[in-house]
Formats: sequence, C-alpha cells, structure tokens
Amino acid sequence: MGLIHEIDFGTKAATAENLVSLTIDGEIVQVPEGTSVMRAAMMMGTQIPKLCATDMLDSFGSCRLCLVEIEGRAGTPASCTTPVAQGMVVHTQNERLGKLRRGVMELYISDHPLDCLTCSANGDCELQDMAGAVGLRDVRYGYDGENHLGQTKDVSNPYFQFDASKCIVCSRCVRACEEVQGTFALTIAGRGFDAKVSPGMEEKFFDSECVSCGACVQACPTATLMETSVVEIGQPEHSKVTTCAYCGVGCSFKAEMRGEQVVRMVPFKDGKANHGHSCVKGRFAWGYATHQDRITKPMIRAAITDPWREVSWDEAIAYTASEFKRIQAKYGQSAVGGITSSRCTNEETYLVQKLIRAGFGNNNVDTCARVCHSPTGYGLSAAFGTSAGTQDFDSVEQADVMLLIGANPTDGHPVFASRMKKRLREGAKLIVIDPRRIDMVRTPHVHAALHLPTRPGTNVAILTALAHVIVTENLVDSDFVRARCDGDSFGQWQDYVSQSQNSPEAMADVTGVAPDLVREAARLYANGGNGAIYYGLGITEHSQGTTAVLALANLAMATGNLGRVGVGVNPLRGQNNVQGSCDMGSFPHELPGYRHVSMTDVRESFERAWGVSIEPEPGLRIPNMLDAAIDGTFKGLYIQGEDIAQSDPDIKHITAGLSAMECVVVQDLFLNETAQFAHVFLPGSTFLEKNGTFTNAERRIQRVRKVMSPKNGYEDWEITQLLSNALGYTMAYQHPSEIMDEIAHLTPSFAGVSYDLLEREGSVQWPCNETAPHGTPVMHMEHFVRGEGRFFVTEYVATDEKVGPRFPLLLTTGRILSQYNVGAQTRRTENTAWHQEDLLEIHPFDAEQRGVIDGVWVKVASRAGETSLRAKVTERVAPGVVYTTFHHPMTMANIVTTDYSDWATNCPEYKVTAVQISLSNGPTDAQIAYATLGRNTRQIEIAAE
Amino acid sequence: MSHEQQDQKLVYMANQIATFFASRPEDEAVAEITNHLRKFWEPRMRAKIIDFTAHGGAGLMPRAEAAVKMLSKS
Repeated sequence: MGLIHEIDFGTKAATAENLVSLTIDGEIVQVPEGTSVMRAAMMMGTQIPKLCATDMLDSFGSCRLCLVEIEGRAGTPASCTTPVAQGMVVHTQNERLGKLRRGVMELYISDHPLDCLTCSANGDCELQDMAGAVGLRDVRYGYDGENHLGQTKDVSNPYFQFDASKCIVCSRCVRACEEVQGTFALTIAGRGFDAKVSPGMEEKFFDSECVSCGACVQACPTATLMETSVVEIGQPEHSKVTTCAYCGVGCSFKAEMRGEQVVRMVPFKDGKANHGHSCVKGRFAWGYATHQDRITKPMIRAAITDPWREVSWDEAIAYTASEFKRIQAKYGQSAVGGITSSRCTNEETYLVQKLIRAGFGNNNVDTCARVCHSPTGYGLSAAFGTSAGTQDFDSVEQADVMLLIGANPTDGHPVFASRMKKRLREGAKLIVIDPRRIDMVRTPHVHAALHLPTRPGTNVAILTALAHVIVTENLVDSDFVRARCDGDSFGQWQDYVSQSQNSPEAMADVTGVAPDLVREAARLYANGGNGAIYYGLGITEHSQGTTAVLALANLAMATGNLGRVGVGVNPLRGQNNVQGSCDMGSFPHELPGYRHVSMTDVRESFERAWGVSIEPEPGLRIPNMLDAAIDGTFKGLYIQGEDIAQSDPDIKHITAGLSAMECVVVQDLFLNETAQFAHVFLPGSTFLEKNGTFTNAERRIQRVRKVMSPKNGYEDWEITQLLSNALGYTMAYQHPSEIMDEIAHLTPSFAGVSYDLLEREGSVQWPCNETAPHGTPVMHMEHFVRGEGRFFVTEYVATDEKVGPRFPLLLTTGRILSQYNVGAQTRRTENTAWHQEDLLEIHPFDAEQRGVIDGVWVKVASRAGETSLRAKVTERVAPGVVYTTFHHPMTMANIVTTDYSDWATNCPEYKVTAVQISLSNGPTDAQIAYATLGRNTRQIEIAAE
Repeated sequence: MSHEQQDQKLVYMANQIATFFASRPEDEAVAEITNHLRKFWEPRMRAKIIDFTAHGGAGLMPRAEAAVKMLSKS
C-alpha cells in the first residue's frame, strides 16, 4: 500500500474522434486530433519537463521548460501549447534542448530558497523534480542578486499557507482559481520582476474573495501554497480513494495518510462527480473525526434527567434490546421505530430499515430525506416513474440554458456550482428563480440572464405562469409530447395552465415578479436550446413542495427537455447519501428500490430472503412518529446519524415527542441536540473509519473506504447488526460487500452492482443491471420508466402561513458554504473561522424601520416561537424577506419554524415562516434555558478503568 | 398536543390532499385521495381519521370526507 500517483498528462484530453499519427523520439503514436505534443508524449510514457502545465488547466506556455524540436519547424516550440499534426516528428530530448532547459531552471533556482531538506514540499515538489530531470548542477548567477526571498508568509487561512518566497509565478494557482473554481480571487499583480501572486487587491487570503476550495494549493508545483496539515505532519506515505461525506455532489478524494493519521484529503482526478475539484468542506474540514468532543464509549441512563453512565458495548446493546422488547410487549409491536441516516452508507441504511422491518416487525422507518427531498421522490416518481434526477453532472457541459430554482449551489453544492459557472463562461444562459440575490445571480464572471425574485412560498405560481407562457405562445415541443407523454394528462394540464388566471400578469401580485421577466424566462427556457433544470430545497420545503416538483417535470416534458444529454430535471441533494438512503428503503411505505410495501410479490421476495413476514401497511413518518409519541402510542426510537431536535421544524413539538418516549437511542459521533432526550447513546463511526458506498445526487454509487480504525470500536453497520442479534433477529454479515450483494439480489435497479464492479469501474450510476451493465448516466432516453410521462395540474394554493400585522415579514432558511447542515461536523473544524454564528439577513429598508443596524441582536418571533440572533443588513434579501441559517444549535432557528408541511409527504415548510423582527438585548430566556438544559443533560459519569 | 389537536392536524392534512386533487372530476379525485391515504398514512392515522369522520368529520372538505368514508369501507 503506497501513495496513489495520478498521471499528470500536462494538458487536457482532446475529445475529437479523429486520430492523428506522429513520431515522438522515434516511436509512432496515435492520439486524438487536438492533443498537445506534451500529452501525446506522456501517453506513450515520456514526461517532458514542465512547470506551468498541468492537465487540470488550459495550456499556458509560460515556463519554457517543455520546449521540444519538431522537424521542419523553426525554433523550439512549447510542447504544451503545440497541437499534434499528422506525420509530425518530435524530439523531446537532445543536447540543445537539455541546455535550454537547464538555462531556464538555473534562472528559477537562482531566486528560490535552497531549503529543500526542511521544506514542507520535500518529496512532493515539481520544481525539485524538474531540477533533477534537467540535470541542473550549478547556478552560475549565484544567489546574492535581487530576489524574492525572505517574504512574510501569509498564514491567515486556517488550512493552507502562502509563502511567496517560494513562488515561481507559474500562474497555476491563478488559473486554477479561474478555470476550475471560477472565483477569480487570485491575480498576478505587478509586472516583470515585481510580478507576484496576489489574492484580491493584495489582501491576505482570508480577507480576499478566496473560498478555500484548495484548487490553488493542489495546482501549486512548489511549497508556495501548502496545506497546513502537511507543514505540521509531513508528507503522506499511503492513500486510498474514498468519497466525501458532506453534500450530495459526492466528490472523490484520495485520503492521504501517515499510518492512521490523515495528512490531507486531495480531490481525485478520476472522480466522475468532481473531476479533481473540491470545496472547503471536503478538502479541509475533516478534523471533526478526531475532535475531543467525540464520544467513543456507549452510554445509558434510565431518565434523561440522569447523568450518562459509560458502559460496555455488551451492556449497551443488551439494555437497548431489552428496552425495545419491553416497550413492544407493553405497548404493541408498532410502538417503536427508527430513523436512518443520509450521512451513513447505503449498507448501513439498508441494515437499519431491515432491522426495523424484520427485527421490530413494523414499517416505522423514515429518514432525514423526509425533511428535504421527499417531495422529489414523490413528484419525479409520479411524473417519470423514478424517484431520482434524470442526468449526470457532466450533462451540464451541454446545457444551453440552466433554470436554477430554490437552490444556492455556490454555498450548498460548490463543486457543481463551479461546473455551472464554467458552462456560463462558455456562453450558456442562466435563469435564477429565488427570493434572494444569490451569488449565481451576479458575481465576478457570473451573470444570470434573468433573476426572478419570487416571494417565498410562490414557486407553484411562478412555475405555472411559466407554463402558461409556454402553452399560450406555442412553445410546446409537440413532437416530444406526442411521442413520449400521456396525451390525456397533457390535455388537462394544457387547458389548465392556459387559463388567464395563470398568466404572468395575473400571478404578478402573488409572486411579486414582473410579468415581462416571466415571459422572457419562459421563452429562453423553451427556445434556448438544451434546457436543464436544477433545483434544491427551496422547491421541496414548502406546503406545495411536491406540487412544485411536478410543475418542474411538466415544464421539462412540455419543452422536450428530457431524455438526452444537456437537459433534464436535476435535484441537488443536500446530504452525501440522501439519494442512497431513499434508494435503500428508508421510507415507511417503500421497500428498497421504491416499491410499495403493499406489493405482494415484492414483499414476498424480501420475506423469502429475510425469513420473516413483512407488514403490508405503511409505517409512521418522522412527524407522525412524534405525533404518535405525544398521543401515547409510540414509545421507542432508534436514530442513526440524525439530529431531529436541531434540524426538524417546530422544535417544541419535536422535543415534546422525544420527551414522551421511554427509550430514545441515538447513534452518532457527538452528543447532539437529540441526545439530550436520549436514554442510550451508541457512539458512531466517521466516513474515514468504515467501508461502504454512498450514492450522490446523480445516482452515482461510489465506494467509501476505511482509512483508520473506528475510534468507537465498530463501524455503524456492525452496531446495527449487534442490536439486531440482541433483539433475536440474526444478522451475520462479515463485510459491507455482503450487504451490497443482498441489496443487488433484491433490488432490480441495483442488480448489477457489486464491490467488484465498483473496483473495476470506479463508480456506477443506477439503474445498473442486465440492461445497463455499466449504469445509466441519463435516464428516460427512449421512454419514461413509467411508460409515458404524466402531466399534473399544479394549482397554486397559498400557504396558510401568512404575513399580517403581527408577523409582517417572511423568514426563509438555508445554509452557507463553510457550514454543513446542523453543523455537528463543521462546527468542530476550523471552518468556524468563516461562520461563528448564524446571522439574520434583513433588507436595509426593513432594518431601518425597526432601528436595526448591522451586528445588533434582534428577536425573531413567529406564531411557533421566538429566538434571538445578530442581524446582518444586506440587499441580498428583498424587502419583506429575512433569512437565516441553522448551523448553530443555540440559534434555535427551528423554534420559529412551523409544523406546516407538504401535502403529499409531510416535508416541512422551512422556507416560509411569517415573523416579526425587533431589537433585542441578547439571547432569549428560552435560549438561555436551553443552554442550561444542554449542560445538564450532557453530564457523563466516567466508568472506572 | 391534545387528541383534539391531533384530530385537527389529520383533518388539515386530509384537506391538503383534497386540495391538490381539486381540479380533477369528483369520482377521480375521491379515488386519488383514498389511494393516497391508503398508501402513505399509517394504520393508526387512518383509524383516527375514520373514527373522526364517523363522529361527524367537522372541518373535512367534502371530497376528503368522501375519501375517508371510502377508505373505511375497504
């Protein structure tokens, strides 16, 4: 086991199908037309010396180290910028070239500190390698001339440092920031000898526009930009490819290690979701895995007012099993249930739902997708026949118009946002529909063609208005609709949306959007070429969440924007394995593969495999479990990797439900907010400590590989297995691959998936079976999974959460780049440097009316509750709208959100809460009391050693 | 949350479902609402709304009420 070394071909791959033959150093090689000479040489194994070239970036041709001779051409052209030509004869090495390269290197080294032995890049420095490659033995100029040595290091960023003394001004970092990340935070300031890399206007990295994605650090060929962890630990000695455990993009990383210590996480170029890019969370924010707050020993307590007592795993598991058995004996079989985690692996999620269906003997299983993308599952299944997005991420490269609604990808899905921004720079058009002026509306080199600033809660109105324009202006793709869709449903939909009350003009009072903008957006989406819809929780987390998903499906079908590359309906999933947890049968009405529990043949196949009978009735969803707990009929809950007391709406209701239960079991890394109401704490393992798979937002199944021993002693699937065995339902898996084999055996869309396949292919997108042995990047190519695409009438129904004199503003919630969900992980990393507390964004007009200035404490009051936090006065939100995040538990953002929910799925309406804002002196009494409760309920009696 | 509040919550949820299907013909809508309740509501929830409807069903939209009655027969 050593380090995984990816080949750097120097320049990007050409995509042409035509092959060109040329001779390099006497060998004939065939490469695609458009390939650079440098890449062609590397493809046959010859590495031409280089410094400014790397295959993540466009050719630049500045370092002059990659010079070659080409017969019949004058001079010594740079191989990185010279494309191959038929019959070309290239010489990569001779005396002349060697002399030229040594001359170049001599100049570089004459202005470079000679501290290789103590340099953090020692052993991983391209400058050092190239000095060796060109045979540099002497620097004739000496080292006493004017130079750039001895400059102050910029250590402002917590994750990497910038040492300008070591910079060779190759511009790789600047180009990476532009081409890969698309932030344009770096530039070369000055000219000639004064030229230097500069974040922003010669600011420190931390103070600049830098988003700490790490692309510049990765691109740097020297120790100029270097991970702080490498400076502190040293170079890694082995690595494994694994999958990030943050958002639904699912970036592949090389976990580079020394022993069991992570040295750094480096984005994997062959990762098909991220193609070698990363964000600040996946690249750097993994320190939580070894944070002192981690609980590594099981704990139990009889009452939530008692201190925790550390116990052995045997005692914890036996106690948990006895409690669930007691509760079921006393209150009935359906008095217990469980929640699977979208942060855990497919195998772990599958096992939890199996434990509940087979071990508990009921279907009371749900997952955190309930509160995010459950409307996606319902809506896309109803319209197309599959509860998943239609495209792969690469599809965006052929999108001409992107319709982005209810998503903020630069913060929530930053690596995919970089792909979107790249496509925009190539000329694609963007329509943003969002109450906030998110970064995709306008930032350097990003400019949305149209921004429709809707009022929160009016998605269905605006989408139906778009449909009205498409139908009444004859923009429907009739051929597609006739060939691919259900004619009756189309007819009903067409009749409905063409009614005058659905026109942009009629809807303007509701949406707050100028009708002309709506008409322009509809025309652009329908006529602009490949139209691709990307959406997020701003669509789903509404009382009409499912209706909005259906409305998006309607738009895509009506305009023929489905069934090929570059188009589609694409949910941007929040957590790393939301797609997978849904696929694995985490919903109470569905077995793995989205098949209803009432389907006898499906149920029987599981019954045969599991050796038990399965309830044919749907179980309770998360909010229903809490209602039933308050009602006295639900008494025990097993929660793996989910913090409902922070993430779910109307916290008072959540905590009342949890408090009414007799046995709450929390399996997690930390004593989270839900654990305050738990009787058993089973310490969980991080993604670095386990084997398994995650499935990202594009249905891509990717391996998670264990790089260190679980600090708690067990991988999470092993804990579930221990519990199941203690309950009397035997599980005997030796490795997660066996669980995947069982999933594949029982789930048609996963029939071809195995760990062997994943080793061979790297990753695969379901459906993967006999029909699609290598997976399915784009769905519904020939026909919809359900046969014909079905249109649904989507009548706008205003939420019952209305503004009025008492609560005149609308609160909407979201997340930011540096923090993730409830913050349990990112709050325990240096990411807090960017976001130490949740803030309330308020428009200057609303702020002035209330005497609110930037940074003061304000009280947010709704019909459900009130909390206090600091204000940020900004025009990013429209007048009448306020916004906050929910990354910090003390904010208690969800004490003000209501329990209104989606009509079809009970997905909470986080995005619309009527509130009033007033000045405050600080935290509310409830917040202070909650802090006290948190301290009291987290007391631990340490077991004697 | 009292039993009455829980009943009202179920009524609210059933009415939300009925509202979505408001544009459909009566028979079709009632069948869709019934199907939704059967597919997604846990038996305890269905039993409560059936019982509530049997005792008058105050506040239920006509189509939601018809769906619950259809549900109780199946």
